[in-house]
Amino acid sequence: MSGTSINKRRIAIAVARKDLTIEWNSRILVNQVAPFAAIVMVLFAFALDNDGILQRVAPGLVWLATLFSMLVVIQRSFTVESADGALDALRVAGVDMGAIFVGKAVALMVQLFVLELMLVATAVVLYGVEMTLTGFCEAIVTLVVATIGLGSVGTLYGGLAAGARGRETLLPLLLLPVVAPVLIGATRATEAAFGSGGTTVSEGWPWIGLLLVFAVLFCAVGTVAFGPLVDE
Amino acid sequence: MAGQSGTGTSATRRLGVLVILMLATLALCGLWFSAEDVVQGSTVRIMYVHVPSIWTAYIAFGLTALCSAVYLSGKNRSLAWDRVAGASGEIGVLFVAVSLVTGSMWGRLTWGTYWVWDARLTSTAFLFITYVGYLAVRQLGGTHRQRARRSSVLALLAILEIPLVHFSVTLWRSLHQEASVANPNAKVALDGLMLFSLFLGLIAFTMLFVWLVLHRQRAMMLEDAFSDRGLDVAIAARRNEAGA
Repeated sequence: MSGTSINKRRIAIAVARKDLTIEWNSRILVNQVAPFAAIVMVLFAFALDNDGILQRVAPGLVWLATLFSMLVVIQRSFTVESADGALDALRVAGVDMGAIFVGKAVALMVQLFVLELMLVATAVVLYGVEMTLTGFCEAIVTLVVATIGLGSVGTLYGGLAAGARGRETLLPLLLLPVVAPVLIGATRATEAAFGSGGTTVSEGWPWIGLLLVFAVLFCAVGTVAFGPLVDE
Repeated sequence: MAGQSGTGTSATRRLGVLVILMLATLALCGLWFSAEDVVQGSTVRIMYVHVPSIWTAYIAFGLTALCSAVYLSGKNRSLAWDRVAGASGEIGVLFVAVSLVTGSMWGRLTWGTYWVWDARLTSTAFLFITYVGYLAVRQLGGTHRQRARRSSVLALLAILEIPLVHFSVTLWRSLHQEASVANPNAKVALDGLMLFSLFLGLIAFTMLFVWLVLHRQRAMMLEDAFSDRGLDVAIAARRNEAGA
């Protein structure tokens, strides 16, 4: 019964809607994670101390803050599953794990995208970044493509490492090395979008290509590997 | 199993003696008989440990991926596949660590710095961290089959992401190449005995790797058997309590 593609799509949509509704009702992202990310950005300013440097490294700082906040969001995404054994119940009921993966990944992507928009706005305000219109378009495209990659890989490893039974510390160790290509690509593309250090907007598009490869790869792999990885 | 006091057999003992002999020969060739490098002097001798280490690490991680793939490919594969994958992963991490440390020392002596952010070093550091994560996941607990399944999927994911990371880092470094005093990619011109010593090193380290994996996977089998027996003992004790 769970094998047909219409059913899988429905499951994915239902799971995504469920996660986003939980988030909307609890507002953890807006009330807790976003302030955390903002504080991280402020602390960067304390550590780096110099206005010129801040503007140059603003893209890198935006993505670092995103990655660190992402860990928290992923933990939360799977804690809500383990609270009442929800994920186990779905699995025992024979629900397709690939569909659950897609649903959770999409929900994570939406949350991350909102977070990143906020961080880019913070960078513009705090670090004195100025963007042209094409730069802004490029920044949005970068955000979208990078977020797709981060959402899929985050859900995949989050399923393994997040949630209950004292595995939370494993998530950063597993996830951060894997998202290195996203950090590299997204930072370079955002540098081009912001025009930091004299980079032109056109230099960013190859890096967006790298982000696209990453996103496609981990969307595909995640759908297949999520079930075996999470299965207990 | 009863009466056997360790993980050694006559085969591994013979292999072990051979490994010791080869390592001794390598030490002689590398440290004594082979010539100094024209530019680097005696510091080039670190190469005889550094290059075989990373080579062996690649073999180790390849073996991990292969055994993981085999384990996942069938319905009821033997757990030995997972044990070899895990042992191989552990030894691989060890050899990458040796490679990073010796490379760092070599860099300090030749380039004047312990670390440079070139593509190869950065990718190797990522390789190390990724497999440290693999080892951490193997410690997560659960049944042997659960551990095997988790680790196998993770090993295959690692094989997927390592080239991607390497490619990204290479792209990053090639577009941001800063002028460096010494070229980290400079190849050492090798004469006959140096080349021979290097290949001897590759073979010796690979045999050392095989010896280590054999012992480690047997030790893992004993650990698994011990924990299984512990469970049986506990169940029997509970049954006795209930009966009495």
